[in-house]
Amino acid sequence: MSAPALRRGPRRLRELSVRVGWGVIAWVVGIAFFLPVLWMVITAFKPESAAETWPPKFIFTPTLSEFHLVFSGMGPFLTHSVVATVGSTILVLLLAIPAAYALSVYPVKHWRDGLFFFISTKMLPIVAAIGPLYVIALHLHLLDSIWLLIVLYTAMNLPLAIWMIRSFMLEVPSELLEAARLDGAGRIREIGGVILPIISPGLVSTALICVIFAWNELFLALNLTVTNAATMPMFLISSVPQEGLYIAHLSAAATVASVPVIIVGWIAQRSLVRGLSMGAIK
Amino acid sequence: MAVVEGVAAPAPKVRLRPRGVSRREQWQRRLPLLPALIYIIVVTQIPFVVTLWYSFQNYFFDIPGGAHFTGLSNYTTVFTNAAFRASLVRSVVMTASSVIVAMILGMAFALLLDRKFLGRGVVRTLIITPFLVMPAAAALVWAGPMLDPNFGLLNYLLTPFGVHHVAWLSTHALGSVIVVMIWQWTPFMTLIVLAGLQGQPADTLEAAKVDGAGALATFRELTLPHLRPYIELGILLGSIYLVNAFDAVRLMTNGGPGTATTNLPFYLYQQVNYAFDVGGAAAAGVVTVILTIIVATFALRMFARVFQFDEAAG
Repeated sequence: MSAPALRRGPRRLRELSVRVGWGVIAWVVGIAFFLPVLWMVITAFKPESAAETWPPKFIFTPTLSEFHLVFSGMGPFLTHSVVATVGSTILVLLLAIPAAYALSVYPVKHWRDGLFFFISTKMLPIVAAIGPLYVIALHLHLLDSIWLLIVLYTAMNLPLAIWMIRSFMLEVPSELLEAARLDGAGRIREIGGVILPIISPGLVSTALICVIFAWNELFLALNLTVTNAATMPMFLISSVPQEGLYIAHLSAAATVASVPVIIVGWIAQRSLVRGLSMGAIK
Repeated sequence: MAVVEGVAAPAPKVRLRPRGVSRREQWQRRLPLLPALIYIIVVTQIPFVVTLWYSFQNYFFDIPGGAHFTGLSNYTTVFTNAAFRASLVRSVVMTASSVIVAMILGMAFALLLDRKFLGRGVVRTLIITPFLVMPAAAALVWAGPMLDPNFGLLNYLLTPFGVHHVAWLSTHALGSVIVVMIWQWTPFMTLIVLAGLQGQPADTLEAAKVDGAGALATFRELTLPHLRPYIELGILLGSIYLVNAFDAVRLMTNGGPGTATTNLPFYLYQQVNYAFDVGGAAAAGVVTVILTIIVATFALRMFARVFQFDEAAG
């Protein structure tokens, strides 16, 4: 056997063990980071008496009783959350698609200013206007109304959606657009027949990002709604009583409230980064 | 800055927009933009105009008689108010520390995930999950099952290190809130840096290896400069969201103990909800907005650079 071949064996072994070593570290870090979520789910299956013990119990008879309680109490909150989330996301798409078109395919004169105006509204802290927002809603009789949340969540997500959809539209090959033009397609047919089918995966990931932010929103809901439009985050708050044991109940409620978005996020993993960077990173 | 694959918002193709665009054509182009533009102006700008108006009014929810003009007195109160200043400083501390630590952790996680190993996809999924957990749920689960002094998991896990039933939320309130913010935003940073790492041209790295460059030197000389726009983007976007952090403060510590975790959003929330002081909160809000505009001006400039708008194409 020649010398190089002899050396190759141990070297490969070393490379392999380094690789496995890093893999083990990554797994440990990943699990440690995930631990609070895991603990939330585990605690949700505990009977209340097993949730507040020292040392914490890892072995117990799982029960669905807290989930039953959660499901029986969350009805209206869930409805409000679904309506606010779906309603605002649809409205966002309806407004963002034409706007993104006007800022990309046949851009208006000051398209750059337009883009930056939209993004600058995300930097204005909405908390600064919460008092007046309350007064405005009061006078418009929109306080504690699901419509108010739809309107505000739309404004919250619109800049992000415009930036994101614009980045997808810029990727539509211009030959296709020119061909459609030569065929005498108007603007509407160009959007509906050429652009939208091509960017539909992008629209889905845009919608998912909007869903995540609207579903999780607490500040506006807490300030502007009481009962008629209270959303899932507020249901969570209501699951923490002034006294008595509540840890298992809270964990079950938190699990139920979080799971839809966690699943949406897992599905949209690949496009998550593009959405979060508003289209900057492909 | 060098052109980076991946991070780029290419300018619209110039040839689609000939120089001589007719007036009619200009309006046809503007039309699709108008609904969104008008919507965002009405919904996001009017509240701030009203805020400006109320900042000169004396208006308490709980005192009948409505609002009346008081001149600059609300502003005098804001500027002489130690609580406002303290909450401003706390906001800066919370935002800066959580963004920076989340970015450092995010870079470390991204470097781990950039290697090939068994179950990489699963680990990636585990790591992004905290970002997806509803912030209200994260705050309450950390406050209760995780950090409770009597039965919390963290105290149990730290027992071997001599930790005994620490009441984290009363003794280390600010740190606890920041930890939860970091926990939620590290995945965001991880994803952005990971995208940067995976967009790194393999042949340059290969060439560096052939030239005998060490791993550390390669990282410092090649990878880090390549990652810079990604890091900037992550810090910028993370700050935009984290400066408004409210859920963790409200649900973990309610701003306390005392005012130990009262940041600006929570302070304004208190002014409206407990002091019913619309005028005072509006003045504090206006000051906040002015400070934000100063910061945002720099942020937008950075944004334009990171997104690389090609001035020549406009």
